[in-house]
Amino acid sequence: MSEHHEGHGPSFSHAMSPAILLGVFVALIVLTVVTVVVAGNPLIPPGFDIIVALTIATIKGALVVLFFMHMIYDKPLNAILFVFSLVFVALFLGFAISDTDQYQHRIEEYEYGQIEQAS
Amino acid sequence: MTSHVMPAHSDSHSSADNYLTASKGFLSWAMTLDHKRIGLMYLIGTMTAMFIGGFLALLLRAEHLSGTPGFVSHDTYNQLFTLHGAIMVFLFIIPSIPGALGNFILPVMLGAKDVAFPRMNLCSFYLWVFGAIFFVGALLTTGLDTGWTFYTPYSTNTSQTNVVLATLGAFILGFSSIFTGLNFIVTIHTMRPPGMTWFRMPLFLWSLYATAIIQVLATPVLGITLLLLAAERMFGLGIFDPKLGGDPVLYQHFFWFYSHPAVYIMILPGMGIISELISTFSRKAIFGYRFIAFSSMAIALLGFLVWGHHMFASGQSEMVTIIFSALTFSVSIPSAIKVFNWLATMYKGSIVLATPMCYALSFLFLFTIGGLTGLFLGALATDIHLHDTYFVVAHFHYVMMGGTLVAFVGGLFYWWPKMTGKMYNEFWGQISALIVFVAFNLTFFPQFVMGSRGMPRRYYNYLPEFQVYHVLSTIGAFLLGFGLLLAAIVLITSLFKGRKAPANPWGAATLEWQCSSPPPLANFEKTPTVGNPYDMQSVVWDPDTESFVRRGEVPIVPDESEQPAHA
Repeated sequence: MSEHHEGHGPSFSHAMSPAILLGVFVALIVLTVVTVVVAGNPLIPPGFDIIVALTIATIKGALVVLFFMHMIYDKPLNAILFVFSLVFVALFLGFAISDTDQYQHRIEEYEYGQIEQAS
Repeated sequence: MTSHVMPAHSDSHSSADNYLTASKGFLSWAMTLDHKRIGLMYLIGTMTAMFIGGFLALLLRAEHLSGTPGFVSHDTYNQLFTLHGAIMVFLFIIPSIPGALGNFILPVMLGAKDVAFPRMNLCSFYLWVFGAIFFVGALLTTGLDTGWTFYTPYSTNTSQTNVVLATLGAFILGFSSIFTGLNFIVTIHTMRPPGMTWFRMPLFLWSLYATAIIQVLATPVLGITLLLLAAERMFGLGIFDPKLGGDPVLYQHFFWFYSHPAVYIMILPGMGIISELISTFSRKAIFGYRFIAFSSMAIALLGFLVWGHHMFASGQSEMVTIIFSALTFSVSIPSAIKVFNWLATMYKGSIVLATPMCYALSFLFLFTIGGLTGLFLGALATDIHLHDTYFVVAHFHYVMMGGTLVAFVGGLFYWWPKMTGKMYNEFWGQISALIVFVAFNLTFFPQFVMGSRGMPRRYYNYLPEFQVYHVLSTIGAFLLGFGLLLAAIVLITSLFKGRKAPANPWGAATLEWQCSSPPPLANFEKTPTVGNPYDMQSVVWDPDTESFVRRGEVPIVPDESEQPAHA
């Protein structure tokens, strides 16, 4: 708990109950399955699969940071900063991949045209 | 040989010693852990970089006096604008305020003895020096002609200059920036004195904190981008080259994900300085303290979400372009909040037009023009016309130079008495501010006009119709150089001829004015009292010491005929 840092000197061991660890593990597996399902699902509009996948990845990262890395026992500001950095990674990748995804077909058309011309 | 290493928290010095006289010799500076000495070394380094970058700018402007080839070749011209941009951005603007003024002032403003990690602080300075050496290496060997942005495919496939050396320099400088940011975050979190809550912290510290967050979160992306660039150039990895399955627009995403937040690394500390100057020289508590503090954080966070506005004409997809345009306008809100609060602070204040305030007023005028012209570039339709023209050059110089540089010089005049223990000549300081203001507008306002009429940036030649604007701009640039040189002369002359500075010449209420000028090695001889940093009524003019002192420390209320030092 936070009093470890403020009142009784540093202590880095926290007893995490097996139930919590198992719960986080199950959540990570379920989210992975959801990512795979969404990735191949024709019902999801184009472009949205990236948003869903990165949102899930960010949640998974946050779970790992908060529970497996014990940040949930640290000062809230530290955990917020750590999770924010994951959000920024997701935003960066999300925008960059969404963008390249939008004009990828033009590049492929061009490359296909080049190959056709050559043949 | 006796050791000249000066521990950060040494108490072995005499009480009469200040940080400048506590120890002598080259090693006492080269190996110092004292944040004040490191700040001064940063100041000398970044100012040297500024004068080199400025000299290159003058060469560029001189070449543009006529639209025909002049005294430099087109290849040399490409190298001049690249090195001007790269030196100014990486060696001067980014490190100047945090490295020089931040390092010196932050711990003193906190009432602390030093930053949290003094060794990391010294390491940060040496990383800056190594980065600078790499840049100079590129300059002296083959030059550099990619533009400061190192855009692919030119930088990976075409350029014959030493791109790898320069990118490694920028990579090392990135680490220097991260170290400074990390140090400031930890220092502000852990070393605030009792009584200094987050909302009793001076706004300069809020701005340095917001800046540090960007430095730590964004700079690693620049590092990996430049490494990928170097790897592609050296080993032919297919990351940005379409022939190898890469994507050149991806490079721009990578580069601007760092470099747009870097714009806020440059401007946020300047805004912090302006908050201090306007409050002090209006003799009034800052208006809207919390709004200004939160707007710094808002700018830091929103600044991460707008990088795509540098890529509207790059082939970026329509959907992403529209999103980035909308997000770009959102950044103007916190910036405008600051400007309105500064204006409200001055309203009905007792404004003293000392040199730092003259620079602060220049900042208000120039930054507002720079910010408002950014809206033209954030709007998609107008940006297509204005992209890569002199309009963009004028816009970012109004923000970076009219904003950051002017705030930096204002802050330097403000804290100069504290740093050196000497008062400068007020009259010549004011004249320098006036020249800089007029010359700046003469240099860059014509660039708005010629840019909107289609004059492209980075062009060696131009059509005759643009000559009048180029001539005006060149005259302005040389005047501007003279104004800045005059400011430097005023400050340097004060070291030899200036009268001794009192502890608090301006009547500010922040903690750095409670220690002597220059500060002792450990900053404070007695623990300072934390109060409201903008309570101007808490200090009064004391004619005996010719300084402002905290109310209660002078026995008699001073006569109204008594004038403060800078009046």
